[in-house]
Amino acid sequence: MSVVYILWLRELKRYSRSRAMIVASLGQPLLYLLVLGFGLGPVFQQAGRGSYLQFVAPGVVGMSVLFSSIFSGIGLLWDRQFGFLKETLVAPVPRLQIMTGRTLGGATTAMIQGLLVLTVCLIAGFRPSHPGLLPLAVLFMALVSIVFAALGTAIGSTLQNMQGFQLIMNFLVMPIFFLSGALFPLTNLPTALAVITRLDPLTYGIDGLRGALIGSSHFAVATNLSVLGVVAALFLGLGAYSFSKIQI
Amino acid sequence: MIHVENLVKTFGEVKAVDGVSFDVPAGEIFAFLGPNGAGKTTTIQMLTTLLAPTSGTITIDGLDPRRTPHDVRRRFGIVFQDPSLDGELTAYENMELHGVLYHVPRRVRGERIERLMKVFELWERRDTVVKQFSGGMKRRLEIARGLLHTPKILFLDEPTLGLDPQSRNQLWTHVKHLNETEQVTVFLTTHYMDEADRVAQRIAIIDHGHIVAQGTSQELKVQTGTDSLEAAFLKLTGSTIRDESADVSGDQMRQMAKMWSNRR
Repeated sequence: MSVVYILWLRELKRYSRSRAMIVASLGQPLLYLLVLGFGLGPVFQQAGRGSYLQFVAPGVVGMSVLFSSIFSGIGLLWDRQFGFLKETLVAPVPRLQIMTGRTLGGATTAMIQGLLVLTVCLIAGFRPSHPGLLPLAVLFMALVSIVFAALGTAIGSTLQNMQGFQLIMNFLVMPIFFLSGALFPLTNLPTALAVITRLDPLTYGIDGLRGALIGSSHFAVATNLSVLGVVAALFLGLGAYSFSKIQI
Repeated sequence: MIHVENLVKTFGEVKAVDGVSFDVPAGEIFAFLGPNGAGKTTTIQMLTTLLAPTSGTITIDGLDPRRTPHDVRRRFGIVFQDPSLDGELTAYENMELHGVLYHVPRRVRGERIERLMKVFELWERRDTVVKQFSGGMKRRLEIARGLLHTPKILFLDEPTLGLDPQSRNQLWTHVKHLNETEQVTVFLTTHYMDEADRVAQRIAIIDHGHIVAQGTSQELKVQTGTDSLEAAFLKLTGSTIRDESADVSGDQMRQMAKMWSNRR
């Protein structure tokens, strides 16, 4: 247990010491929020959909949780590069514990990041419709964090170099984000897009966040929760398996 | 303490280690010497459970690293050839993390960390983030860390690479002291023949995956008819320069990683 804890703590310490990076990582969500929120706002309004800022804010929160959780897992690449991975792998502890500590640590920092972005959204003028549902939003952030931190761990365990990292970024992370309905409503989509969005786990996270934060969602809360729960379990298993296969 | 018989490791077509056998009795300091790419690090990786042998047997303190890796890992400490510290953590945090990973009980952990960090003159800098350390300080910290869980065997893979003479001297003095007072078995590789000559009780020379000679420094000199270990080494392994197969992707990654860390 103490092994899981100390590795979890390590992720938190590393996160809290990279202040410059935290600030930098708020830039992108802010850009999406302001440029899209105010830029597309009038069109969205004319279509009778209400405020686009209100609509897109949960999507932007979900995006930052996605990015920071998946990168925390891929951070394994850095540990491999700087040699620290060897130190943990040669220790007399089950790899499952190492993987659990890392992944939970990464998920925790991703949640903190999500809460920071949510705060930024509030400053930018976003207003949750039911402040009492905030804990539910946090629960969704936690699930999304775990899902993608575990996926990141699985990827980080198999990747050997930075070229692979670019590939993952362009062909996995960005599509996950764009196809999640973070930026557009899930209603009246062309069939192909409708099918793909339903295969994207982030869709259920962002829909859940939207339900909790602005009181409108496409799927039922229970659907969102159970899909995310199942995917989290699946990816955790995948992450643990890939991590157990790492060779130095 | 370490028993190796007919150890073989092949990577595709390449036989990195080809039928290596040796014994290291408990309490001995054993030096494993060889030119670049001779199979030293591959052997250490197999001894320390990081790599599975293609064939052959390894026994560490009576245990098979393949069958009981955890029990074997508890018995040794290792200082890797490449750095393996977390640069974003402080020196003390690196030590503490290691202590937890190796189940050093909390009551003795702090006191041992303090003692070791004082021995290696790092205590004053304990709260400094490791990435700000000099190469020598990082090396010393790695060695201090490798000793934290009082291992029975200490593997040192080129521990003095890039160290100044003062740090090298300090390191070997401490290793010898540890070997004498706590009977820690030491398995080391180095490129500095004078170090092996001074520290090791027995020496094995490996080349092209084979052990070409082993014995005390004196025996090797007599066997080759030379008057220094360096001359004996050159006589046994030839004087052509070896190039390690350049790991291109590794180099690129290192550069990328550097760029990233600078950007932060």
